[in-house]
Amino acid sequence: MVLVFAEAVNGQLKKAALEAVTYGAQTAQLLGSQCVALTLGNIQNAGQLGVYGASKVYNVQGEAFGNFDSQVFASAIAQATEKLGATVVVLSHTSTGKSLLGRLAARLNAGSVAGAKSLPDISGGGFKVTKGVYSGKAIATYDISSPIKLIALAGNEIPLKADGNEVAVETLEIAAPASKVKVLSVKREEGIVPLPEATTVVSAGRGMKGPENWGMVEELAQVMGATTACSRPVADADWRPHHEHVGQTGVAIRPNLYIAIGISGAIQHLAGVNQSKVIVVINKDPEAPFFKAADYGVVGDLFEVVPRLTAAMKKFKAA
Amino acid sequence: MKLLVCVSKTPDTTSKISFTADGTKFNDAGITFIMNPYDEWYALVRACELVEKNGGTVTLINVGGADNDQTIRKGLAIGATDAVRVDAEPKSALFIAKQIAEHAKSQNYDIIFCGKESIDYNGSEVGAMVAEYLDLPFISYASKLDVNGATATVERDIEGGVETVEVNGPFVVSAAKGMAEQRIPNMMGIMKAKSKPFTVVPAVSFPDYAVPVSYTMPKAKTGVKLVAPDNMEELVRLLHEEAKVI
Repeated sequence: MVLVFAEAVNGQLKKAALEAVTYGAQTAQLLGSQCVALTLGNIQNAGQLGVYGASKVYNVQGEAFGNFDSQVFASAIAQATEKLGATVVVLSHTSTGKSLLGRLAARLNAGSVAGAKSLPDISGGGFKVTKGVYSGKAIATYDISSPIKLIALAGNEIPLKADGNEVAVETLEIAAPASKVKVLSVKREEGIVPLPEATTVVSAGRGMKGPENWGMVEELAQVMGATTACSRPVADADWRPHHEHVGQTGVAIRPNLYIAIGISGAIQHLAGVNQSKVIVVINKDPEAPFFKAADYGVVGDLFEVVPRLTAAMKKFKAA
Repeated sequence: MKLLVCVSKTPDTTSKISFTADGTKFNDAGITFIMNPYDEWYALVRACELVEKNGGTVTLINVGGADNDQTIRKGLAIGATDAVRVDAEPKSALFIAKQIAEHAKSQNYDIIFCGKESIDYNGSEVGAMVAEYLDLPFISYASKLDVNGATATVERDIEGGVETVEVNGPFVVSAAKGMAEQRIPNMMGIMKAKSKPFTVVPAVSFPDYAVPVSYTMPKAKTGVKLVAPDNMEELVRLLHEEAKVI
């Protein structure tokens, strides 16, 4: 059986959870097995995971799931794995999934692949999964040899497949330990698609000259339904919030479309965005290294180009 | 305070990555190796700062061969009190975590630090594994860490924001940008490092359950297509019709 832990935030399933279930269902099909989803705490519409391929959806209730603590969540997922006899466990490669993966590997004595990009290849008795390594500069194929296999699926890698039916949510009785961590506050920007999940990202750098000019970036992002991001110097100068910083030391993203405005493209920035499917670079300097990593480029003054692009996008969206 | 910092050795950030002709091994010819930046700049430096303020020791641990000794000495020069190297080829995250947990289980560390991920395998796994082996809380992506008596307050990066947590008693933390500033070892530090305790211990036997068996390079970009700055309708058309991303 393939068990998928479906992540939620504020009681709502994340897109990453739907992707993980889609992946889990396809893996189960390869193995001639079934895919079962697990939710922890109060989750709305958990039954819709059936639409993405879960044949069953289990929920564990418990006050301890109100805030995320890897120790509490990993204990519950490990117990569910053992109780249900799952041999493959799928997580999302989010900040939550990343802190669970290692714990589950240690607890279940299992091999793990963090940030999987492909369905398992089970030919020849192996269990091979690919993932990005060296900050996106290469792809490695891992072979997992333990009886239980753990996979954290990279975001925006698998197209959602919604051809199943909603299923009833069944309660699973599991006692989770109390948390040793006390959450004092959570500050999260509401109403935005978080960067690791975003399919379109509009990002800007020092070429913007100052935070007062960000209105045009936000407008373009709004028209496109994109999430805004920034380069390191911009976050360091407090022009933009820290959580918008993409790059080696910030968030690593992998959207379908990354639009870089006034960012030169230092190797550390590229390390965080080079897994984007399509990259557009807007820069007045034709020698900017970013153009070498771009699919489309516009050499010009961003203060003229960006409003024009926004206008063209508006026209396209209205058509 | 008794602190442990887990460090790994990685290729320099700007390295050009290549593999052996059969695609099974990393080609280390011409590669400069460094201490993994998250382990060094954030985890190790913050641990040293805490001990300089509150007293105590910072032990540095690495799993690897003798060619890692130079990296470990740098950690001692930055300010670690002593170092342990587990003598083994680190092939999988769980193997590495097992070695660290074996060392730590009898040592009663107050905080075990690691970087948020290594810049080679980008797994972010070892810290969580060590925490599970030792049955400790794990606080990942910490950008700020303060200790007041037995209580630690930690800010951690979450998707689209920041979470502040409090923890009493020992825990494992993974360090992200913001926790400390990079520190360049000075001559005094480098001299002192030479006489600091540095032990090499054998590894405990443990299997490798998940190992890379081959590598490929991602498809290279075919070259940038330039669009005139006064023709953004054309860029929109290309993104829609050719790239199919809008």
